[in-house]
Amino acid sequence: MTRHSDPTQVQLTADGRLKHFLTTEGLSKDLLTEILDLADSFISTQERAVKKVPLLRGKTVVNLFFENSTRTRSTFELAAKRLSADILNLDIARSATSKGETLMDTLWNLEAMYSDMFVVRHADSGAAHFIAEQVTPGVAIINAGDGRHAHPTQAMLDMLTIRRHKGTLEGQTVAIVGDILHSRVARSQIHALHTLGAKEIRVIGPATLVPKEMEELGAKIYFDMEQGLAGVDVVIMLRLQKERMSDALLPSEGEYFKLYGLTEAKLALAKPDAIVMHPGPINRGVEIDSAVADGDQSVILNQVSYGIAVRMAVMAMAMSGQAAEQAAQKNESQETTGDDA
Amino acid sequence: MTSSATALPDAEALCQQLSSDIKQLIAEKELKQPLLIGIRTGGAWLAQRLQQSLELPELGILDISFYRDDFDERGLATQAKGSELPDSIEDRAIILVDDVLMSGRTIRAAMNEIFDYGRPTSIHLVSLLDIGQRQLPIQADLVGASITINPEQKIKLSGPNPLQLSIG
Repeated sequence: MTRHSDPTQVQLTADGRLKHFLTTEGLSKDLLTEILDLADSFISTQERAVKKVPLLRGKTVVNLFFENSTRTRSTFELAAKRLSADILNLDIARSATSKGETLMDTLWNLEAMYSDMFVVRHADSGAAHFIAEQVTPGVAIINAGDGRHAHPTQAMLDMLTIRRHKGTLEGQTVAIVGDILHSRVARSQIHALHTLGAKEIRVIGPATLVPKEMEELGAKIYFDMEQGLAGVDVVIMLRLQKERMSDALLPSEGEYFKLYGLTEAKLALAKPDAIVMHPGPINRGVEIDSAVADGDQSVILNQVSYGIAVRMAVMAMAMSGQAAEQAAQKNESQETTGDDA
Repeated sequence: MTSSATALPDAEALCQQLSSDIKQLIAEKELKQPLLIGIRTGGAWLAQRLQQSLELPELGILDISFYRDDFDERGLATQAKGSELPDSIEDRAIILVDDVLMSGRTIRAAMNEIFDYGRPTSIHLVSLLDIGQRQLPIQADLVGASITINPEQKIKLSGPNPLQLSIG
């Protein structure tokens, strides 16, 4: 997909507010912190009798999933509903595009239905960015995962999880374990961890699944899990896609578990109060042992709850940025046309 | 008229006066389980002071950022902090506290939010200042003082200690 501009700039208004959410790369510490602070307050509104707030009342959000992901789609759907928006779920993987309609034709049709926000999941890296460049001003785009590039809401919910369980991101040593090569989450996490002041980021996995470029992003590479886990505060396990076995990148599930599966014995090498995270759905006995997944140090289910709050926060902020930009442009055009009205 | 021409009352004195007025209100209306709820930021400071002087066990703080009606014009306030209310406000007699009552839109938003937490028995409204310019049919039960200012002027309460009114 052709990129015409810097994704960091496309997602910000002239005065630096979020208007799309495409990537964590290049966003300032203040802005990432604003997302986390707002998400914190949405955690508290969800604990009430009425879980909804009327912030996006009357707005229409379209879940545009070119790639299936029931869990991510459901949390975006709940987030939109708890902001009082109307939501339409489109499973494009099985509809229009398979009939030959182009990406932009699909989008323009949906725009004609007065949609205000698209949540986009696509197998191609850069898809959400491409759409953000083409879409009518006033419509917000949220990236729900594009190819191997980014999955920024997942990364931000992981940041929120660390902040809520460790108090701060600053000074933390974080290990990301598993299939780094195919992981859009790992890239988004590394950018966010850096910006938010993590002390050390380690990536752990087999040489076939850990690309050398991770060093350029500022992460330390470990092929030995025992060494990599020593003294860490946070362990983030990645899901092992079963199709990687058929790609001959891995010997077998059993072999993988022996080397890179998180067991109680391996976790004991991390700090005693280390937390264990996983974006889900987990493969028990492949990348993580049941005893660890269900253990005291696991915060895997907390991540799910925080995921809704983080998605509410970025949806509210992007819609807010769009609203402010539209209002500013309206004022400007009124000024240039004079005060006849 | 210059801004200095409008004399502003002493916020600390108004706060003391409101405290005794609220005490009287609670007695007269026989309010059971009264709960002070202050609207961020100025109203919350004021409510905190009133809670101390009235020796009430609890205090609620309301952040109406998610309930404002000007989202399409202004977007979201960057400092939205969320509300902190007791576990249940069911059957409580709420005394809603704000610093400056003007259009009435803040109070409408606050009441909408309160009802998303539960069903209180009653809501009374207390405001340090009433500066008129109402756009909604909302009136306070108790006000510290009523004054008139130019529509383009803005009144600000700084605090929490001491509470001080300024105009700009």
